[in-house]
Amino acid sequence: MNDETLFIEGGRVIDPSAGTDGVRTVVVRGGRIAEVSERVDKPRDARTLDARGRWVVPGFIDLHAHLREPGQEYKETVESGARAALAGGFTAVCSMPNTYPPNDNASVTELVLARAAAARMARVYPVGCISRALKGEELAEYGELKEAGCVALSDDGRPVMSSALMRRALEYARAFDLPVTVHEEDLALVGKGVMHEGKTSTRLGLLGAPAAAEEVMVLRDIALAELTGGRLHVAHLSCAGSVRAVREAKRRGLAVTAEVTPHHLALCDEDVARSGYDSCFKMNPPLRSTEDVRAVREALAEGTIDCVATDHAPHSLVEKEVEFDLAANGVVGLETAFAVCLTLVREGVLSERRLVEALTSAPARTFRLPGGTLARNAPADVAILDPVRSWRCEPERFQSKGRNSPWKGALLTGRCTQALVGGRIAYELTEGER
Amino acid sequence: MIGRHRHLIGLEDLSREEILLVLALATSMKEVLRRPLKKVPTLRGKAVVNLFFEASTRTRTSFETAAKILSADAVNWTASSSSVSKGETLLDTARNIEAMRPDLLVIRHPAGGAPRFIADRVGCSVVSAGDGAHEHPSQGLLDMYTLAEHFTRNSGGAKDGAPDFATLSGRTVTIVGDVTHSRVARSNLHGLLKLGARVRVCGPPTMIPPGIEALGASVYYHLRPAVEGADAVMMLRIQHERIGDPLLPGTREYSKIWGLNEKKVNEWLSPSCAILHPGPINRGVELSPEVADGPRSVILEQVENGVAVRMAILYLLAGAAPAEPAEGAARA
Repeated sequence: MNDETLFIEGGRVIDPSAGTDGVRTVVVRGGRIAEVSERVDKPRDARTLDARGRWVVPGFIDLHAHLREPGQEYKETVESGARAALAGGFTAVCSMPNTYPPNDNASVTELVLARAAAARMARVYPVGCISRALKGEELAEYGELKEAGCVALSDDGRPVMSSALMRRALEYARAFDLPVTVHEEDLALVGKGVMHEGKTSTRLGLLGAPAAAEEVMVLRDIALAELTGGRLHVAHLSCAGSVRAVREAKRRGLAVTAEVTPHHLALCDEDVARSGYDSCFKMNPPLRSTEDVRAVREALAEGTIDCVATDHAPHSLVEKEVEFDLAANGVVGLETAFAVCLTLVREGVLSERRLVEALTSAPARTFRLPGGTLARNAPADVAILDPVRSWRCEPERFQSKGRNSPWKGALLTGRCTQALVGGRIAYELTEGER
Repeated sequence: MIGRHRHLIGLEDLSREEILLVLALATSMKEVLRRPLKKVPTLRGKAVVNLFFEASTRTRTSFETAAKILSADAVNWTASSSSVSKGETLLDTARNIEAMRPDLLVIRHPAGGAPRFIADRVGCSVVSAGDGAHEHPSQGLLDMYTLAEHFTRNSGGAKDGAPDFATLSGRTVTIVGDVTHSRVARSNLHGLLKLGARVRVCGPPTMIPPGIEALGASVYYHLRPAVEGADAVMMLRIQHERIGDPLLPGTREYSKIWGLNEKKVNEWLSPSCAILHPGPINRGVELSPEVADGPRSVILEQVENGVAVRMAILYLLAGAAPAEPAEGAARA
């Protein structure tokens, strides 16, 4: 479609899939990566993109975003969500199926894909439901979902409480080689809890949900993954107990993967107190203790947690500008993820290479998606990042319709300046934003 | 203003000096309360709205009485706890009331943090009358006032009852019951620690919230060691909806193990130990009737002191404001 040749020059190319880290020129031709090398012959009139002082990386891939369409277009649409993704350096996002109606059949999958194609923003990979209508009672039709374009299965937003259904889901999904992404919480243990149970919930007088509510479900599902041989992916893993469980499962060679969100890496339960009950600090799983934060950081660095995923969850003020107890769970994350994760690099928690890997090749591998690499002939999905650019997080300027960011007003460092999808410059930070 | 504060949301926010400021003023207010003609013009022309999202008789009446003695105009607004899906939101309710130009908003709400949420978004002063399991600051203050009165009396202090708040220092106060769900326990804990007292909490492990030690309490699962040597015991109400939550097997066992009856009081409590209860009492569950009405009980003094303490709070938050109407008042 796009046969023009583009030279991305002078940037530091970080491509963990190829072990590349250094100043290179990336040559894009016909929508694909043609070459990445230190010296290239360039025609005098060639189109170039000056990337000096920038990082040039494979476009980020988010395994976990809520694009809210169909049904809750006042919160987000596929178009606004896919635009927000690009603004954050994500050239591909997996859209969660808890829409209205839920994505448990091909017609919803097709609608999401059609909207994404019309938007011409980030690529959108739909995730289908584990259970019909997300009810946790019977299996959805995985064959139809896969054929329509779903890349994974999830009842995200709620756990599959029935162990028997979970067992059958992992088993049945094997026929279609689909990973099953699980939102882990034992609802009975959570009860009416609205934040992490610990000394901060005690101080604030808010009912707590213990970390064990997640851990027991992760342990159950690892046992079921072993029983069935299914591919288990733990969504938004948040606590030390779950880390131990996944580490052990990986050591034993089970097909278990995990993701962690930027907010669980950067914030803890005490931030709920510091914010003064701000509902932009309410999400599920909740912000955990500092010990849990330490554990998930370590796990991401060592690879027990495979990748970073945003759990981008836009809500309107109607759901958020209320009592903490009543506020909807979730925060937006696509446009702040890179800057927030970069703080971990500055703190010495992650190497730059591991950070890029956790946002590119690791998620690609986890869901077996194309992209996440600058290998020759790969689709030219590229993010150009300015790692030192500081910017004030002003949610009213987000591309997302969601304003529910815990970083509102914060000074962040690190920003995507351009994003290419299939060789096309699909997003460019405008001068006014600089 | 209470020191630096325009609102009273919790005792965690107040310094020792700010707490003492309210308590000291409550002594003068109690004198007013005990006059045959209990009315002073201090807050004439000030409007206080009691905005209650949760049933309450004692606290609401107490605030209302306090406002009326000070000549403020008090109105009650009882609302069902709102939610996103049904009815008006909390913010809309608060903004509507604010548009009626009150000087002070007294809020009780079942959600922790609700008074703070409102305080951040309205122009008038906000007083929490209890939010979820967070804090009940006026209750904490009236309990401290009552304790200081008791300790002053017992140490042969002023006969007129003017309490010496320094008597709280070094005392041991035991709070017994469902600490997890108790805003009274939290306010007392913060306040008492700031005035130098020691706080023990006691109850079944299912009713002791995690991390309460980090806030400064010592934890006891058995009543006897918790009350032995204590200078005061505060019994919390066991709410019936907690039974079978499953925090407790039943009230019978609770009463047997964590309830106070005459025998335990006589055998375990020191002779000068006072017994408090924030009310309403479940007679026969946490307190036997003989103990509730017995000589150690200061429960009715708590209720009286509640009015005095709330008068002090209203005076400090609504009275000290410099907002005097320019002309109208002068002509009148």
